[in-house]
Amino acid sequence: MPTTTIDGHEIHVNEEGFLTDPTEWSEPLAKSLAAQIGIELTDEHWQAIRFLREDFAKEGETPTLRRISVVGGIPTKTLFQLFPQKPAKKLAYVAGLPKPHGCV
Amino acid sequence: MRTLLVLGGGTAGTMAANRLRHRLDAHEWRIVVVDQDDEHHYQPAYIFVPFGEATRDQVIRSRHRFLADGIELVLAEIDRVDAEAKQVALVGGRELAYDYLVIATGTTPRPDQTPGMLGPEWHRSIFDFYTLEGAEALADALTRFDHGRLVVHITEMPIKCPVAPLEVTFLAEAWLRKRGLRDRVEVVFVTPLDGAFTKPVASERLGAMLDERKIHVEPDFMVERIDQDRHMLVSFDEREVPYDLLITVPLNMGADYVARSGLGNELNYVPVDKHTLLSTAYDTIFVLGDASDIPTSKAGSVAHFAVDVFVDNFLEHVEGKPMTGSFDGHANCFVESGDDKAVLIDFNYDTEPLPGKYPLPYVGPMSLLKETRTNHLGKLAFRHIYWNVLMPGRPVPLPSHMSMMGKQEPSAPDQPEKEA
Repeated sequence: MPTTTIDGHEIHVNEEGFLTDPTEWSEPLAKSLAAQIGIELTDEHWQAIRFLREDFAKEGETPTLRRISVVGGIPTKTLFQLFPQKPAKKLAYVAGLPKPHGCV
Repeated sequence: MRTLLVLGGGTAGTMAANRLRHRLDAHEWRIVVVDQDDEHHYQPAYIFVPFGEATRDQVIRSRHRFLADGIELVLAEIDRVDAEAKQVALVGGRELAYDYLVIATGTTPRPDQTPGMLGPEWHRSIFDFYTLEGAEALADALTRFDHGRLVVHITEMPIKCPVAPLEVTFLAEAWLRKRGLRDRVEVVFVTPLDGAFTKPVASERLGAMLDERKIHVEPDFMVERIDQDRHMLVSFDEREVPYDLLITVPLNMGADYVARSGLGNELNYVPVDKHTLLSTAYDTIFVLGDASDIPTSKAGSVAHFAVDVFVDNFLEHVEGKPMTGSFDGHANCFVESGDDKAVLIDFNYDTEPLPGKYPLPYVGPMSLLKETRTNHLGKLAFRHIYWNVLMPGRPVPLPSHMSMMGKQEPSAPDQPEKEA
């Protein structure tokens, strides 16, 4: 797995730039990752990111948009506003988790 | 006397009940199957119905005819499962006790879950094809459709038989061409995925097939609602796709009783160990077929390969022994591509669909990820195998586990997109 350095954080990533080791993630890193895709994090973004991290810790899997809305209580519409075009993928990227594989 | 209760007499439930009836002593084990009706549908034929190539009587058989002697069939709706008490309550008040439970009630299209999908235009300009009624209504509408925009649409993954929307698109395109209407109809494929399919190599190949047929793909489209007055699909990020005739795949969900019983996830699928199909919450409940949350396609082939592993595991489990079989997520799907040809794909949890030959490495006769007439004939022949070999629980000479023999691995990792 390639390593890369973003804002002084040395991290292991896959070919799409997703963290391969969720334990390398930190809140300051999330800010840097978000900046990479042109997003400045607000409280609303953090609410979604924290749900993702907590749910992943419990389930061992990145939650789908449906799970974020049903279980995390954040409407899909809001997620599209916060992380435009590809919210599932962008959220996972910023939260340092694998892409959700709800699609098989 | 112990009781094995099987909820659902479809593909997975029927196979499991029949296979276990042959293996469990009739003096020691009672097997009961519960379903809400006595109609077993051969669902892979649904995609042919809109184009007049399959009929109602080829699709439906009675459930009880396919259950072996010594299996009781109870026709009733399921109210709830009390997993602690090992009891199932049926609508109407009857209760069935079990020692072991198999949940095999599948997944169901739910047009009620998207605002504007049902309503006056349902089965008039908006159709599903995952029900016989929907497929028949679509057949009727197609005979009157001669120009405009035909849109095939997937609401959300996962769905039952994830290749079927592509098949319907290919079949519709070929059907329009045959009738001399292709120039007057725009064909559009709208998907929440970022390409034609979920896995890179297959997505590229199937995407190229859409291109060749001049079918426009609208990717990353998550529908929020359907505007029936304006004939418009509207996404959560305010994009709009107009249609004249919409073939939609509604949100798929597991059965409502699963949710009422507290056994399901956010889409009513039951969490299981993906290698043993045993519930993660109760060691008396197995889940077969589309009803579980395993990360592979919801498809009959998966049910078949999973049941192969399950039967021996079940016999070990009820004896208190560790289960030695491990399901690998093997799926094998025909993709009808029109003009009497089809593509075949073969994959599992870890390996995406790759080119090669099937079932015999290097020999075939079927070709993986390639359009051939032999693949199409394979799909047609499969209906007879389904009813006469698979459902009765006779052995099928296909290995349960996926094989890498004769498959071409991608030379370098694909880098389809950079942006996160």
